[in-house]
Amino acid sequence: MHKKIFENYPPKDKSVLIAVLQDVQHIYGYLPENALQEVADFVGLPLSRVYGVATFYNQFRLTPLGENVIRVCRGTACHVSNSANILFNIETALNVKAGQTTRDKKFTLETVACIGACSIAPVITVNDDYFGKVAVKEIPNILKKYSTPKKQII
Amino acid sequence: MKTFIDVCCKECWHSTEKPCDQFIRCCTEGPLCHHNPDCEKKFKQLNRELTYQEHNLPVIFIGKGTCGLASGAQKTEDAIRAELDKLNIKAIIETTGCVGYCAKEPIVDIKLPGKDRVSYCEVTPKIVSKLIQKTIVEKGIYKENFLGKYGPAENGYKNINDIDFFKRQMKIVLENCGVIDPTSIDTYIAHGGFKALDKVLTHRKQEEVVNDILASGLRGRGGGGFPTGKKWDFALKQKSEQKYIICNADEGDPGAFMDRSVLESDPYKVVEGMLIGGYAIGASVGYIYCRAEYPLAITRLENTIKNCKQYGLLGKNILGTGFNFELKIKKGAGAFVCGEETALIASIEGKRGMPKPRPPYPAVSGLWGKPTVINNVETFANVPQVFNKGVEFYASIGTKTSKGTKVFALSGKIRNTGLVEVPMGTTLREVVFDIGGGIPNNKKFKAVQIGGPSGGCLPEKVMDTVVDYESLKTVGAMMGSGGLVVMDEDTCMVDVAKFFLTFIQNESCGKCVPCREGTKRMLEIIEKIPMSYKNTANKVDQLQRFKGIIHLQRLADVIKDTSLCGLGQSAPNPILSGLKYFKDEYEEHLYDRKCTAGVCKELLTFTVNNDLCEGCGLCARKCPVEAIMGEKKQAHYIIQDRCIRCGMCVDSCKFEAIDVE
Repeated sequence: MHKKIFENYPPKDKSVLIAVLQDVQHIYGYLPENALQEVADFVGLPLSRVYGVATFYNQFRLTPLGENVIRVCRGTACHVSNSANILFNIETALNVKAGQTTRDKKFTLETVACIGACSIAPVITVNDDYFGKVAVKEIPNILKKYSTPKKQII
Repeated sequence: MKTFIDVCCKECWHSTEKPCDQFIRCCTEGPLCHHNPDCEKKFKQLNRELTYQEHNLPVIFIGKGTCGLASGAQKTEDAIRAELDKLNIKAIIETTGCVGYCAKEPIVDIKLPGKDRVSYCEVTPKIVSKLIQKTIVEKGIYKENFLGKYGPAENGYKNINDIDFFKRQMKIVLENCGVIDPTSIDTYIAHGGFKALDKVLTHRKQEEVVNDILASGLRGRGGGGFPTGKKWDFALKQKSEQKYIICNADEGDPGAFMDRSVLESDPYKVVEGMLIGGYAIGASVGYIYCRAEYPLAITRLENTIKNCKQYGLLGKNILGTGFNFELKIKKGAGAFVCGEETALIASIEGKRGMPKPRPPYPAVSGLWGKPTVINNVETFANVPQVFNKGVEFYASIGTKTSKGTKVFALSGKIRNTGLVEVPMGTTLREVVFDIGGGIPNNKKFKAVQIGGPSGGCLPEKVMDTVVDYESLKTVGAMMGSGGLVVMDEDTCMVDVAKFFLTFIQNESCGKCVPCREGTKRMLEIIEKIPMSYKNTANKVDQLQRFKGIIHLQRLADVIKDTSLCGLGQSAPNPILSGLKYFKDEYEEHLYDRKCTAGVCKELLTFTVNNDLCEGCGLCARKCPVEAIMGEKKQAHYIIQDRCIRCGMCVDSCKFEAIDVE
């Protein structure tokens, strides 16, 4: 699977490291250890350097994601609109802390510095869907919407 | 619809292999190289169609920026399409970006053939059928959701630029935002796009372009406010076979979203600005470093680059002038420090995004050691307008040291959230109260936070400060990227300081000690302020609380003076401005152990109001620590030792029976 990614980039070019890692993460949802080694060989850097980059940037994760990813915006505008409370409520509802995945692998809860949708604060996103002006009361409904199992499409 | 590439006859020979230097002028005035009445008619017709002056079907514009989509613009569009199908009406549906009035999204404009374009706000799927019935079927104006119309006012329906939100604004950067289709290059050209590039490439030498930008007084809009012309001049004077130009779209400041909006709503203008910059300094490769958190902006940019290549506006020998320019997108990976220019360069090179000491400045030795110019999205969006509107005109707007306009992102506790563009020299009061509409829910204004984590919180008494780089510095804030977060009496300033320090602490790259360790110590001190020691009764900690405050000012000064990059140097700003303007509030937390705003949870006490409690038991069920007890249908009570002050009971109570003090 990585070979397909590597086809798009010139080998031994150190500058493509971040882009390659982004593509790998796009496929797996995280950066598996063996993939990091392959990427290191491909760009011609020691694994330690690749690991250094992977841990520096917030986007990269070394553990797998849950089925749905909830991102709670913790920007200034959201903060003054009480997003800390929203986060706390989701944390209690899912029984995880920010940055963790629920045991049934249904949800991963993350915080993000700013989504850039400050005009409709507080904002949370679930996968690619945005929810603006979120009230604490709406949270159970939002969670319910995503926790019902998806129908298998044959 | 036809495009400018294929509208003409065989006489037009413009292609990427053999570009024509008159192509841009030809599109709007054409054809210029040959005389053919038929072609002339076709060009005119296409221009009229693209500027929406002539069309047979009703045109429906739907604002689909991120804020529009988050407010449900896609659902509105689906409802409109379904309604049109049901009524069997044919219409053109156009996607536009964000007009700036985010509080009123989703915004839908409707233009009937031969009539003025009318803007409607808060168009939810519920009102779609009424809206279509009134406007397209009955050809009237739907009064209830009317926002403004383009063209002269009539029957009490105001022009959109005369409504309170837009009245005091001056649109230079945001001119096209929300008005044109950001995905179509033809629309951009028909609205006067790439004219500045055409003028620069064919009539100006590199030095002349740099001098024009210098004379216009344009300064970097990313925060620092360094004169753009000077930066370009340094880079131009460097002798090197390869130079680079970079657009900094790593808008990490929480509370700022103007770059996102510009990239989503008018990406061609940014690319045009970069082309002009590239030509001026002699760069043949450009990068746009965009946050990965802005997927829509990246998609629109990719589309823009593809179209520009197809039209011969990117690539080799642009417009037959021998100027080569290639543009690449680099996706950021979520590091706030990468907004700093040397860190951004490191990130493009594929390294950890850590800043380097300057000098050498990037204009001398930047990306891969070559001269590099880095400008912000808004700066680049200003560049074509300097040439379109004229250098003198641009230099005439604003104050003595700051020229042009500035886009602000209004958010927080304010009525009209959204993007506003005002000339430099406008007072903060005008921006917040006249344009922003003041504070909702009859609350009292407390502060406005300007400049993100590097800026400061300004109270009511300095609201008459005018917007320019110098004045904002004198009151202890900075322009920053232009996020304005308004705070009301329910916001606690100690909590805000804690919030920003946590942010800085998380985002500090760790390279230099003052920033890495200093901000950590500052955060510890601030965290101790609202801490309650009721349970532990630890005297030593109480002492530390006061000791910390004594050292806070000095610590902040040292961090400011000794940090390596802008992130660290400006990190103490939120604290310093807080101590300067909101000392009372800090003291109230320290000595009275109270938080009037009701934010610092450890200083609050929750009690049940016996008169209001109906004994429904909802709060007891919701309480995560089982601190609420009581018989059914009897007033409940809270066990204070167990209470973690999470506020769940307040949110769940239907009778407002929980008192917070």
